[in-house]
Amino acid sequence: MNLPADLKYTKEHEWIKLEGNIATIGVTEFAQSELGDIAWLEMPTVGDETRIGETFGTIEAVKTVEDLYAPLSGKISEINPGLLDSPEFVNDDPYGKGWIVKIEFSDETEIAKLLSADDYAGLIE
Amino acid sequence: MKGLHNLEKLLNELSVPGRKGYSLPPNDVGNNKLSSLIPEKYLSKEKPALPEVSEPEIARHFINMSVTNHHIDKGFYPLGSCTMKYNPKINEATSRLPGFSGIHPHQHESTVQSALQLMYELEKSLCGFTGMDSFTLQPAAGSQGELTGIMIMRKFHSENGNPRKKVLIPDSAHGTNPASVVISGYESVPVKSNDKGLVDVNDLSSKLDEEVAGMMITNPNTLGLFEEEISTIAKKIHDVGALLYLDGANFNALISLMKPANMGFDITHLNLHKTFSTPHGGGGPGSGPVGVISKLAKYLPIPKVQKVGERYTLSSDFPDSIGRIHGFYGNYGILVRAYTYIKLLGSDGFRSASKNAIINANYLKKLVNERYDIPYGQNCMHEFVVSAESQKKRGAKAGDIVKRLLDFGVHAPTVYFPLIVKEAMMIEPTESESKDSLENFSAILEKIDDEISENPALLTDAPFNTPVRRLDEAKAVRELRLTWDKVGK
Repeated sequence: MNLPADLKYTKEHEWIKLEGNIATIGVTEFAQSELGDIAWLEMPTVGDETRIGETFGTIEAVKTVEDLYAPLSGKISEINPGLLDSPEFVNDDPYGKGWIVKIEFSDETEIAKLLSADDYAGLIE
Repeated sequence: MKGLHNLEKLLNELSVPGRKGYSLPPNDVGNNKLSSLIPEKYLSKEKPALPEVSEPEIARHFINMSVTNHHIDKGFYPLGSCTMKYNPKINEATSRLPGFSGIHPHQHESTVQSALQLMYELEKSLCGFTGMDSFTLQPAAGSQGELTGIMIMRKFHSENGNPRKKVLIPDSAHGTNPASVVISGYESVPVKSNDKGLVDVNDLSSKLDEEVAGMMITNPNTLGLFEEEISTIAKKIHDVGALLYLDGANFNALISLMKPANMGFDITHLNLHKTFSTPHGGGGPGSGPVGVISKLAKYLPIPKVQKVGERYTLSSDFPDSIGRIHGFYGNYGILVRAYTYIKLLGSDGFRSASKNAIINANYLKKLVNERYDIPYGQNCMHEFVVSAESQKKRGAKAGDIVKRLLDFGVHAPTVYFPLIVKEAMMIEPTESESKDSLENFSAILEKIDDEISENPALLTDAPFNTPVRRLDEAKAVRELRLTWDKVGK
């Protein structure tokens, strides 16, 4: 299972890439393989506030629908426009073209709550 | 694609200009311009592209469609939660009697007394089975029944000064439950299941407060397990002034053995198309009557059938009603079928149907458990949930296994539900199946398990013997297309 070491993770199977005060969010390779073919994503709007642990959207696969949980508090600074037409990017390239949103986070202390690749690997074993 | 040539063409594709399968009597009403009857702005500029076919062609078309289909009269249909029990043919005979099939909802009620009497007596029967005080027959589906029930819940709380904000729902619930709650303006709050697959009463307690309007429970739940602590749950819900709703999807396991009102439920819907043997599959027509205890009866939808002396009448004089939730009086033909089934079985018959549904499920569970894991393994009610986790490790997921089942002439069980079981396959044999039929199904599952060990690719490529091979389900969702366009037009 591919778990890039430079990313952070959550127990809700999301990955977080931190750059300055911007966090890019997606779902892990494990999550996309469990969900199967992604059919649709319900996205927030740029500018929406996020609160750690609360839902900011949903991801719909053929067999189920799951909530997306904000890993950090802040506000949505960008959404991935490519997913609107091509939700399959989440399956094909979960850490690249399948990124979902970017959050401009407001509380750096929350970063300590995120998991390392090793912690997350232990969780999905 | 193999088998595709066997597919019946669409009626539009069979159409030949000028061909017809009808003859009309001579015109005795004169010619009126359409625009003199319907305002011009509503008229289409183009003629509709109706198919033109002869009577033999249309007869063959539908016969060919029906033999391509899988149905309960053709083979085993263990679709968990959907209760695909056999539908007695007498139901079809009674519902086609001209006094039921030839009437119009606008007829004067003096000319449809028997039809109204049937509705009245059906309501009374459903009250008898559930211990509820009053029923509406209007909802056209279980999901619409749920919505009706939650609207009644909201009206009750609103009249008491506060509609409240939240409805609790177990994490094993049908997806329609949170949908009904949200559409009714409530927040859906999930309650965890414990390690036995039942409602975690501690988690429930931690979520109870004066803003909880009610809780929706399916009993037996979607794992086919009886909620043993239902009385405790009911007391906790009632202690905060909330109402307890029974999702009656699984009532076929309880009917004539137990009454929902005695378990503390205040509102319930029943699925006539499950427990009461009316046909379904392919989307209906369903019927989801809703019953309530006496303090909620005044909120039921209108109109209601009333008995005044020896006459039956439809009354809308219920000012507290939530209003109409269906045109006319529900799916009437389905009500006739359910009424017939009730008269056919009687309460002793229902008791043995429930018992046989439970015995069949437990016997089949034991057989299937030889090869497949069953995470919540205690004795079940009318259905059980298998996990194909160990099969998945050998290369075939639940979704592949059920596709392979189609090759053996068995309908796929419900998969990936409930969500609390990984690689779930939800199996409900119903009381209709014989011991041989259950053993045959188990033998097929065993054979498939062998195939997974020997050649998992066989599973991931299945099905092979069906009219169409594996469909691209993701494409169907991503590129939804519901209209027919003439190819090459």
